[in-house]
Order: sequence, then structure tokens, then C-alpha cells
Amino acid sequence: MALLEIKDLKVSYGVINAIKGVSFDVEEGEIIALIGANGAGKTTILHTISGLISAKEGSIVFDGKEITKVPPHKIVSMGMAQVPEGRRVFQQLSVLENLKLGAYTRKDKAGISESLKYVYTRFPRLEERKNQVAGTLSGGEQQMLAMGRALMSKPRIILMDEPSMGLSPLLVTEIFDIIKVINEGGTTVLLVEQNAKKALSIANRAYVLETGNISLSGKASDLINDESVKKAYLGE
Amino acid sequence: MGFLNNFINGISLGSIYSVIALGYTMVYGIAKMLNFAHGDVIMVGAYIVFVLTTGAGMNPYLALLISMVACTLLGMTIERFAYRPLRGASPLAVLITAIGVSYFLQNVALLIFGTQVKSFKSILEFPSIKLAGGKIIISDETIITIVVSLIIMIGLTLFVNKTKPGRAMLAVSEDRGAAQLMGVNVNATIALTFAIGSGLAAVAGVLLCSTYPALSSQTGAMPGIKAFVAAVLGGIGSIPGALIGGLAIGVVEILSKTYISSQLADAIVFAILIIVLLVKPTGILGKKYIEKV
Repeated sequence: MALLEIKDLKVSYGVINAIKGVSFDVEEGEIIALIGANGAGKTTILHTISGLISAKEGSIVFDGKEITKVPPHKIVSMGMAQVPEGRRVFQQLSVLENLKLGAYTRKDKAGISESLKYVYTRFPRLEERKNQVAGTLSGGEQQMLAMGRALMSKPRIILMDEPSMGLSPLLVTEIFDIIKVINEGGTTVLLVEQNAKKALSIANRAYVLETGNISLSGKASDLINDESVKKAYLGE
Repeated sequence: MGFLNNFINGISLGSIYSVIALGYTMVYGIAKMLNFAHGDVIMVGAYIVFVLTTGAGMNPYLALLISMVACTLLGMTIERFAYRPLRGASPLAVLITAIGVSYFLQNVALLIFGTQVKSFKSILEFPSIKLAGGKIIISDETIITIVVSLIIMIGLTLFVNKTKPGRAMLAVSEDRGAAQLMGVNVNATIALTFAIGSGLAAVAGVLLCSTYPALSSQTGAMPGIKAFVAAVLGGIGSIPGALIGGLAIGVVEILSKTYISSQLADAIVFAILIIVLLVKPTGILGKKYIEKV
């Protein structure tokens, strides 16, 4: 049974149908990439899975439990975290306070400090700047903070929305390396990206989203050589 | 010495405004709405204490405690049934609803207690302090008011910065969606904010009526609006801003009443609102968000 199963998901904003019946699944331990152009509906899908937007039709099953109508804060405590588009770290709070908010649903003090240690080993720069106000961090550091904050809930799956956005190529490589390491540590990753090349390079499987529908899916290694994907998303 | 006495009276009135302004500022900071019914919760709080003490002869402090609990519940009820259904609606709809709730509370009070102004008996029975050979008199109400508002301010600051629900408030205040992604229950956090603000309103009601003992259905309306001006002056959303703004408005009001004109005092207070909105809309301690794309 897949860890996360999306079946025939439809989402609309008023009269506009943003997601028109999307199905896909994520197996435990995988990195799944969801690629597509701007406006294809990638962020909408992630927000719907996390419960920030409600689905019009269809079902979302996480770890065998239907979560389509579960409020977002309960979904977090079930083991799902999200690194939202544009990082959305709490600008006025310190790095450490941001990380602590990431562990908001947890009560095991020992486990939380263990997670904090883990985050600091993954992102040493966050430890150096733990008392700095998050709003003063650079874009790359804020991305790291957003990822660290998500890890603080010790999630089984992390949804990542455009982690490469607005970062230098060097930083993008660094961030993707870290995503891979996080995944190797046992956390499943659902990755939404416009940078298809990078996403396909670390993903196991991928789905291509086009204006609210999945147009193509398969192994990342196959898609990276697919002529239509190359043409539309890899700029070759 | 006359000036000093007036100044102290201003600080005393200002402390009451500060406590009321806190309710405005917390609800605005976290729920992003102006709860114009806040002033009327003060009136309800004062009426409850009045009925329990003057009517039923209850110990005044016990009455205050009951009034706080009742106002807390009232605030949460208002939030649950009047404001929560409008979450995501246009701010104007919420504002109009708040004004509606305000009139509702005033008219219910009018229905129950009638139009006659009640004389509120101060629940504070301490001696006043006389300084400089009796030239400066600080009444017990003044001292208690200032001390209580300071305690509330410090307590709230600690609560927001040091406790988990307080942190959740800060998170919701800055980015509601991101807070939800952390596992914060936004509805519960907003309800808690209303609970705290309304509980404090009961305290403010007793402080207000102990100093100015005329109690009617309109009692909370004007102080409520002035406290709103205080919150804007201090920087709406900021807890220390509510203290500074409240004290400033209280002092300006009393000094205007004494030295300029008692009729013009309110006009001067509202002129401050207009000037602040024109010159520094974020207020004295208002937050400026760093926008990064």
C-alpha cells in the first residue's frame, strides 16, 4: 500500500477548475517529483494534501487513513510536513524559535532536542545563526530554515514546494543534495518543481502536470530522456 | 502641583485605555480584524460586577472573578458565532458585523437595565496617598489601576513570548497558512485570543467604573473607541504599543480637558488618530514587515 494515495482529485477556485481529476501515489521511501509549468496546479495540489484548501471531489489517503477532510493541524501530527513555496519562515522570530514551531505538535522533549541536533548537522549554518531573526537570513538560508523547520516535526513525508525558487545554481545543487540525504535518512519526499532537470535527477518517479491534469508519468530516468519532456521542460 | 495631579489622573485614565487597547491590539494582530464590540464587553463586565455586588451583596473580588469568566465566555461566543463564519470574507463584512455585535450588546443591556444611569460603587477600598504635604493626592483607584495594567502588560508579554500557545499566536499573526503547516490550530488560537482580550475587558470595566462610577449601556462605547485610537497610536498589533498609546491618550485627554476645553478634549483625541494615520500609519511601535520575494 502506498504511503500517500491521491485519487481523482478535483479542486476549484470558484468557477475555475484548477485540478481536474488527478491521481498519483507516493510509496514509502521514494522521492516523487511533480513537474509542470507555472500555473499547472502544482502548489494547489500540495495545499490540498496539507488541508489548507479543500478538495471538491476525490480522495487523499495518507498511511491508510482518509485525510481529505482532516484539518491541516491534525495532518501535521499524523506525520506530514510541508516546506511551502517562498519558504514562508516566520520573519520576526529567531531561527531557533522557527525550528521550535516546527515541532509544535510534538510533546517528547528528548525527541525534539534530538531532531534539533539532526537539523543542525544537516544545516550547520542554522546553528551558527540560531539567535538571528529569520527575516535577516539570505534566501538560501531561509530555504534551509524552512526545510529544517519541516524536519522538526519528524515527518514520514515532506512535501516540498519549489525549493529551488530564487536561488543561485550553486545553492540549488546544495539544496537538492540535502533533499537526497534527508530522503536517505528515511523520509519520503514529494517534490514540486519547475526546475524539471534537477527534480528528475534525484527523483525515483515523476508525474508531469499540465493545466490541472497529469499528462505523463513514469520513472524519472525514463522521463529525463523522453522527447516531449525534453522539449517542454528541459529546454533541449 | 495642579498640573502634576492632572498628569497623574491622565496616567490613571491612560492605564485603563491601555488595558482596553490590549484587547484591540491582540485581536487585530492575530485575527486581523477590528473588534468594535470590545468596548461593549467592558460594559457587560461592569454590569455583571454591579449586579453581583450592589444587587446580591457578593464579595467584590469574587464578583470580578465571575465577571472575568463570563466575559471570557462572551468573547469566545461572539468569536464563534459572529466572526468565525466570516473567516475569509471581506474585512468590511467583518467590520460591519463587529459594529452590529456592539449595538446588539448595548441594546440587550438597555433592555435589561433600562436607561437610568447606575452608580457603580468602587470595589477598591484602600487609603489614597498624599504627597508633598497633601498637595499631590494619588487616589487608591489610580494606584491600583496603574499597577494592574502594568501587571497585565508584563504577564501578556511573557505569555506571548515564553509559552507554546503564545508562540502559536505570534505564528498565526505573521502567517496564518504557515502556522497551520506547523500544526497550529488557527481557530483555537484565535478563540484563545478573544478569551484573553475579553477577560481583560472585564478588568478594564471594573477599573473604569471604579474611577468614573456612572454605569450605562453606553459606558464602554467611548472608552472603547478611544482605546482603539490608543492602539493605533502605539502601533496596532504591538503589546507595549498599547501601553504607550493608552498612557499618551489618557494624559492628552485629561490635560486637554483641564487646560483647553472639556468639550474639545474628545476632538483633540480623535485629531491624534487622524494625524497618526497621515504621518505614521504604523504607529509608534508598529511593525514593518520585511517583504522578500
